[in-house]
Amino acid sequence: MIAPDTFPAVAPMYRLQFEPAQDAWVLLYPEGMVKLNTPAAEILRRCDGQRSVAAIVDDLERAFACDGLSGDVHAFLCQARERGWVQPGARA
Amino acid sequence: MTTAAVKPPFWLLAELTYRCPLHCVFCSNPVDYARHDAELDTATWKRVLGEARALGAVQLGFSGGEPLLRDDLEELVAHARGLGFYTNLITSGVGLTAARARALKDAGLDHVQLSFQDSTRELNDFISSTRTFDMKSRVAAIIKDAGYPMVLNCVMHRFNLPHVGRIVDMAERMGADFLELANTQYYGWAWHNRAALMPTVDELRDAEAIVVAHRERLASIGNAMKILWVSPDYADAKPKPCMAGWGAVFLVVAPDGVALPCHSARMLPGLDFPDLRETSVRSAWFDGAAFNAYRGDAWMNDTCGSCDERHADHGGCRCQAFLLAGDAAATDPVCRKSPHRARVDALLDAAATSALARCHLPEAPLRFVPGAAAGGGLVFRGDAASLALSAPVNAPQAVTP
Repeated sequence: MIAPDTFPAVAPMYRLQFEPAQDAWVLLYPEGMVKLNTPAAEILRRCDGQRSVAAIVDDLERAFACDGLSGDVHAFLCQARERGWVQPGARA
Repeated sequence: MTTAAVKPPFWLLAELTYRCPLHCVFCSNPVDYARHDAELDTATWKRVLGEARALGAVQLGFSGGEPLLRDDLEELVAHARGLGFYTNLITSGVGLTAARARALKDAGLDHVQLSFQDSTRELNDFISSTRTFDMKSRVAAIIKDAGYPMVLNCVMHRFNLPHVGRIVDMAERMGADFLELANTQYYGWAWHNRAALMPTVDELRDAEAIVVAHRERLASIGNAMKILWVSPDYADAKPKPCMAGWGAVFLVVAPDGVALPCHSARMLPGLDFPDLRETSVRSAWFDGAAFNAYRGDAWMNDTCGSCDERHADHGGCRCQAFLLAGDAAATDPVCRKSPHRARVDALLDAAATSALARCHLPEAPLRFVPGAAAGGGLVFRGDAASLALSAPVNAPQAVTP
């Protein structure tokens, strides 16, 4: 479980960028690449170590004009942490 | 396969130079590398990087030889990073000072892969014919201190397979993120030295069991280091999906600008590989006859063409087919379905016989071989050996075991 008051950041091993040839956001890492679907990309783009999980949820709900995203965001972030994509960033 | 189905390259391996301070007996550079000593200049490399990136290439490896011998490496890294590549430096560590590690970081280098030849100074230095073990240990710390993800790569063979547990310990101690235990692939110098390097099937199975135990141990203590065990395809009798298919995802650019589908393909006869000094990356990749020669499955013989595995292993490795069967279009001879599998078994049988002989006779200790002279029944990679082993004009011949 990731607490709502942690500040997730993309792990230093990974780089998040948009790939025109894939028409998708991707995570790049040594000798490899993960192609992200839209929800995953929207969450990870907000994992900058400056925003809490709660703030990321708020931001997404505003951006997509909907509520109840908290469960999905938490589930994704737990998975992402298990895979090593994100880590609990210290707020600068 | 039609051109419409051909995807752009995903991986670009830029072999900046064939020059290398090490003399590893399993080097994957061509045996005749000394006859290809021209190197692309900075401007041409930048053009090649730009063209490959425009096609959609994402991963970029700076390799060699030793890429740190190019004093424009920082400039090329900065250019590549500006284009959006994920940049990997594949190095022996020679020349990677703390200052240079920082300069490369500032230029945007993403990751460093450092080679070791063993966990002991004696064997590391013997196999590379250089006193480099202590330097490599210091360089590993420099890489971590500079904040890079670090992959340690160790080529495995009969001399260091018994040390596999200690190699894992060493990587763990150094804080590696990945450890690649790259069982020797028999091409180039390794092919030349195959009789001395080839382990027995039992030695490989024992080492793999130790790797599996270490993986479980690392997981149980929450250590995130991953270990890749490259399949020893002779022993596993399973053709590797070589380069994920010929001309499918991987583009190698040799130091002199020759575009290749893999590191060792330039020794295959009858293929005119495109020269990027004269040709664009797009034209080389999509239109070049050499890149289309073994694309897809139209080239396959009946054994491969009717096999359920053909889309998974792509018929295995063309270079291995040429070396072992004398025909680059043959089924990879490591496959049990290959009519040439007996040649692979003969090499493994010879390794078993040689291991048995060693049981009865204490082996002479390995002695450091300075200046890459021949020693220990091995030919060390070096300019003199390269020239001695190759013909002036590129006239490769199939060698059958």
